[in-house]
Amino acid sequence: MDLYNEARKTKLEYTTRRHFLKKCTTGLGGIALASLMGPQNVFGKSLEEKMLSDTLPHFYPKAKRVIYLHMAGAPSQLELFDYKPKLKELHDLDCPKSLLEGKKFAFIQGTPTMLGPQHEFKQYGQSGAYISDVLPHFSTIVDDVAIVKSMHTDEFNHAPAQLFLQTGSPRAGRPSIGAWVTYGLGSENENLPGYMVLVSGGKTPSAGKNAWGSGFLPSEYQGVQCRNSGDPILYVSNPDGMSRNIRRESLDAINAINQKQYEEFGDKEIMSRISQYEMAFKMQISVPDAMDITKEPDYIREMYGAEPGKASFANNCLLARRLVEQGVRFIQLYDWGWDMHGNFEGGSVNKGLKDKCDQVDKPMTALIKDLKQRGLLDDTLVVWGGEFGRTPMRENRGGVVMPFYGRDHHTEAFTIWMAGGGIKGGLSYGETDEIGYYGIKDRVHVHDLQATMLHQLGLDHEKFTYQFQGRDFRLTDVHGHVVKDLLA
Amino acid sequence: MIKLFSFTKMHSYNWYFAFGCIMLVGASCQEEKVDFNTQVRPILNKNCISCHGGVKQSGGFGLIFRENALGETKNGKIGIVPGHPEKSEMIARITHENEEMRMPLERDPLKPEEIETITKWIEQGAEWQEHWAYIKPEEPEVPAINNSDWAKNEIDHFISEKLQSHNLTPSGRAAKEDLVRRVYLDLIGLPPTLDQVEAFVNDNSTDSFEKVVDQLLASPQYGEHWASMWLDLARYADSKGYEADRGRQIWKYRDWVIKAFNQNMPFDQFTVEQLAGDLLPDPSIDNLVATAFHRNTLNNGEGGTDNEEYRISSVIDRVNNTWEVWQSTTMSCVQCHSHPYDPIRHEEYYTSMAFFNNTSDWDVPSEHPILRELKEEDENKLDEIKEWIAGRSSDKVGNKWERFVRIGEPKLRPEDFDKVENVVHYNRAGQDYMQVHKGALIKIKNVSLNNVDRIYFNYKQSGKDEGTLVIRIDSLDGTIIGKTPLVKTNGFTNLPIAITGGTKTADLYFQFDSKSKDYSCSIDGFLLGEKLPGEKNEEYKEVYADIDEMLNAPAKNTTPVMVEKSKAHSRSTNVFVRGNWMVKADQVSSDIPKLLNDEDKEFADRLDLAKWLVSDQNPLTGRVMVNRFWAKLFGRGIVLTVEDFGTLGDYPSHPELLDWLALRFSGEWDWNVKKLLKTIVTSATYQQTAVISQEAKEKDPNNKWLSRSPRTRLSAEQIRDQALAVSGLLSDKMYGPSVMPYQPEGVWTVVYSNEAWETSENEDAYRRGLYTYMRRSSPYPSFITFDAASREFCLSRRINTNTPLQALVTLNDPVYFEAARNLAKQILPLEGDKKAKVETAYQKVMGKLPDPSKTDILVKLLDNTEEYYSEHVEEAREIAKSDSLELASLTVMANALMNMDEFIVKN
Repeated sequence: MDLYNEARKTKLEYTTRRHFLKKCTTGLGGIALASLMGPQNVFGKSLEEKMLSDTLPHFYPKAKRVIYLHMAGAPSQLELFDYKPKLKELHDLDCPKSLLEGKKFAFIQGTPTMLGPQHEFKQYGQSGAYISDVLPHFSTIVDDVAIVKSMHTDEFNHAPAQLFLQTGSPRAGRPSIGAWVTYGLGSENENLPGYMVLVSGGKTPSAGKNAWGSGFLPSEYQGVQCRNSGDPILYVSNPDGMSRNIRRESLDAINAINQKQYEEFGDKEIMSRISQYEMAFKMQISVPDAMDITKEPDYIREMYGAEPGKASFANNCLLARRLVEQGVRFIQLYDWGWDMHGNFEGGSVNKGLKDKCDQVDKPMTALIKDLKQRGLLDDTLVVWGGEFGRTPMRENRGGVVMPFYGRDHHTEAFTIWMAGGGIKGGLSYGETDEIGYYGIKDRVHVHDLQATMLHQLGLDHEKFTYQFQGRDFRLTDVHGHVVKDLLA
Repeated sequence: MIKLFSFTKMHSYNWYFAFGCIMLVGASCQEEKVDFNTQVRPILNKNCISCHGGVKQSGGFGLIFRENALGETKNGKIGIVPGHPEKSEMIARITHENEEMRMPLERDPLKPEEIETITKWIEQGAEWQEHWAYIKPEEPEVPAINNSDWAKNEIDHFISEKLQSHNLTPSGRAAKEDLVRRVYLDLIGLPPTLDQVEAFVNDNSTDSFEKVVDQLLASPQYGEHWASMWLDLARYADSKGYEADRGRQIWKYRDWVIKAFNQNMPFDQFTVEQLAGDLLPDPSIDNLVATAFHRNTLNNGEGGTDNEEYRISSVIDRVNNTWEVWQSTTMSCVQCHSHPYDPIRHEEYYTSMAFFNNTSDWDVPSEHPILRELKEEDENKLDEIKEWIAGRSSDKVGNKWERFVRIGEPKLRPEDFDKVENVVHYNRAGQDYMQVHKGALIKIKNVSLNNVDRIYFNYKQSGKDEGTLVIRIDSLDGTIIGKTPLVKTNGFTNLPIAITGGTKTADLYFQFDSKSKDYSCSIDGFLLGEKLPGEKNEEYKEVYADIDEMLNAPAKNTTPVMVEKSKAHSRSTNVFVRGNWMVKADQVSSDIPKLLNDEDKEFADRLDLAKWLVSDQNPLTGRVMVNRFWAKLFGRGIVLTVEDFGTLGDYPSHPELLDWLALRFSGEWDWNVKKLLKTIVTSATYQQTAVISQEAKEKDPNNKWLSRSPRTRLSAEQIRDQALAVSGLLSDKMYGPSVMPYQPEGVWTVVYSNEAWETSENEDAYRRGLYTYMRRSSPYPSFITFDAASREFCLSRRINTNTPLQALVTLNDPVYFEAARNLAKQILPLEGDKKAKVETAYQKVMGKLPDPSKTDILVKLLDNTEEYYSEHVEEAREIAKSDSLELASLTVMANALMNMDEFIVKN
């Protein structure tokens, strides 16, 4: 144990339980903290681990919460944000050997041809950002967002790349960024989980539930997936025929019995259980309420293109805003279906990509505008992007020309955008070479993005650690630099 | 020698006296030997090691290895000069007046008494001592205690001694009803029935508790319960992990674990079979199934993945897993650099890896090598073949042929090919074959043809064109030893090619030809078949034909197993620079870290490693395992950090007890797990009440000294099993493929996979939790909510949380509500008033009568619900799924019972 931990532990020993509880009544995390401290707490380390929340944040946060819009499958930056007229000129020419030698691609074999951008670009806003025609709504908010064109990653397969982006490691089993953040900062509300996940596009992302798992952190920090049909959170509604009155009656009985048990055994964990049951009772109202978009006025639903009862990205964007208002700390939206290899028309960077853009362009734009008009954008960090980029070459899976235009997975360059939470608006950051193959200026690695996100939340990614199996783990492993240029 | 010693002593005494006075730190001038482990190491770990450790060695000074600490630092000074604190830079720096020079930097200076200890230690020669866990346990003396009437066995002596030294007194025995529930839940994972409770309560014989314990240890449910602990360590799951997370058949391994616990397989054998069952002489089929332990690693079939990368990823996991499970040593630190806190060097990771790097499995969808169980009639035929062979040779040879047919190894596969022409190797992601064309050539070096009679060519051909395969030895135009036509096949097939004239070790040349220029086929590899004994027998040809048929027979089920590659085609292992598998440095051979191999013995393979783990030479295994079982029973280990016994782990709360138990377990008890468990649960320590006294609340709030029984929440599986058990729904069916009990729609929506959750019917819907299908990317929801492992990697201890989502599960999950309704149905027909019904229901759930105050609460609940339902008949019908209003209110009451804290906790 180093001095930092030792000091925290010592401090804890001087802190009374009452005082500690008072400081940590920040919803789910807080109460559960109390439970972990009960006399039956068998995990010695948790004491000092929990002290972490008392010493965090490390510095003044610009963002209080995060909405991460993950386009699972990885959209093509070359059709959306990273305008490359030169690539257009090279269209259909054989890819030069120098771009292929020593490189590994998921599917490209032999010599592919270059593929020019398949959509037109124009400049928008005061910042004059180039935006593709397939994002007409987004083009109206370019002065509110920072577009990062020089992202790069280490992984060129979906599951590992998504894990890398969300957990800092390509292998399953590490805590996701949302788990880290709620572990560190707790929740800001008493009736909802601190970390919630919404999925659209018909499938969960390739990385599965690991993308929002808690890894080696306690399971209470895992993202809670809200479902599109049935209970929004599993088992939140009472069994058929169990009215709220009867549930209240039965909870009163359970709590009264638990109170008796506490009087006999003196185990504080029992008191914690009573409060968890009370919170569950509150959640039975607050969760369906927060998830009910019929409560929104028509013009707001129209703004997002949200339709009650549908499982859509639009609905999820609107829900994200509702959850933000309720004080949910970390919200992730996964939208599946961006993997345009060109193997069928819906999987082409022409029609397929445009269809996907039609689904997300309006709602994601509405989300930014709506947060802004409510004064929430200042302290809400919004991030949009895929897990890697696409190649400037046309995919030729197995050396064969594909029926439609598509691009292979690409690690060297991709584009994301960020807004709010202390991020500079109207900024285009980083540059790729003239065909968009490789970042040539201000490259931003996935670990840099993670470090920057944590920084905006007031967390120093180098100090924010958790000891597991004898080692201090970080979200950013031993890498990552805060990209100061992105900060307002 | 003696003279020298006394001289040194005198010298040091004088010197120390002077130094102590100069330092003016109030040093007492005793000459007691400073103990490195208990006195010096904690100071170093707390203050120094994060900058002066095994990785970060600021200023060129590190405190992990002695030679390092004694060496020259970057500024040319010597950190520690044994015998000479005044010459040691370390002392100069920790006592430096200038804050910018003083260590530890930017922190409070060490306390005077800490400086004194370090000074004295250097002065006495700065002797290093290994960390306690790396020193072999020595027989501790069982302490004499003054409350020996309380103590039931030696454990209590150790516990009592510590309690006394902390001014605590042990608690009395738990109420018999509570004790019997506790021991049932601890030993078999299920609560006792009311009859079982009553039998124990009414048994006043002195050995009544011991009888219950014996009965439980003999129960088949015992193995199921303890298997679930082991499966967390084995990271057992029914799927492969990663993107599509497709299913994997490996449940036979789960069943093997259950049986091993039930048969009370000694832990040393349990170890050897799982780590190296395939390397045992004449391994049985069970021995092979056991090796599936390390086939529980993840497999990535996503498009574009590099099979070698993920093979290595699995091998790395096997290294980390083995070291964590058996040694509680964090070997994973050493993958990229030397251990920051423990004396293990970077290269030593790779000597460990060499043990595991030579199995023939690969990151491919077929997961070969797999052990096949055939359909019944084929199994009979295989039995006959085996018997026939045994009759012509020996049982051993018969067994060997059985393994050959079931596993199809040793097979030479593309990674073993030395040279290829006119082929394309598809070995990424979901692909695993080599496409050969007309004129293709495959050369394989150094193939031993000793006793090889035929080569099975495993291939698939979809075109009609005929091809030929010619096998030559020594050179492209060498002697032909085998030849066959190649025709269209129905999927991958083993085609036997008789070999003539080959007896030595030779290079083989496989030449493919065809009249058609478009000819192609896909090949998996070449299986070398030994000569079948009994050539003179008239059935010889027939048996051979049967073997050929069985090699191609469809499997009823399969289990991935470990198979070692032959010496001639073994893999080499290199150090990976900074842990990166693409950057290879020196080649290494298998070995265990020097820290633990003081005799410099050689360790050739996994079998050597496994045997060493359970040998007298190993200081850790006994302690680690005893601690795991202890932690499972008491909710906390004697070493709190069950997963880490290293420098950064916790010091044992009862080190002598740990050693006493470890020495019994690995020594006179011959690794007998049941004996270990029985000794622990029959101690007075275990049988204490869980009521927390005021004294204990103040002096031992975390129950570190065990002045009472811990109250521990049940595990995810136990909570469900118990609800099903007390409501009469639980099935006692054992073994077999995993089952899919009810789970809400839409939980499984995994990409690129058509696999669906198909709800099991009849009793399979009510099996124990460990039989529930475990898909890594989408585990059974209520289990994950109650902190179960998702089984991607080894999990030594689950962290219990207490969340509202858990309350929602036990209140509303249809499984739990159905259990409540089923319990209510049993109460409904009983005679008596509400009070009687409440009491019976409570008894069924808790095995005892409720406290009258709790009865009152529950009777009131019944009154209120009954009144409500008399006015809301429709709701009552929905709850009860019947017209009985009483059943509705009883169901609500039963649901409340199953949500009581006392129900999901063991007292």
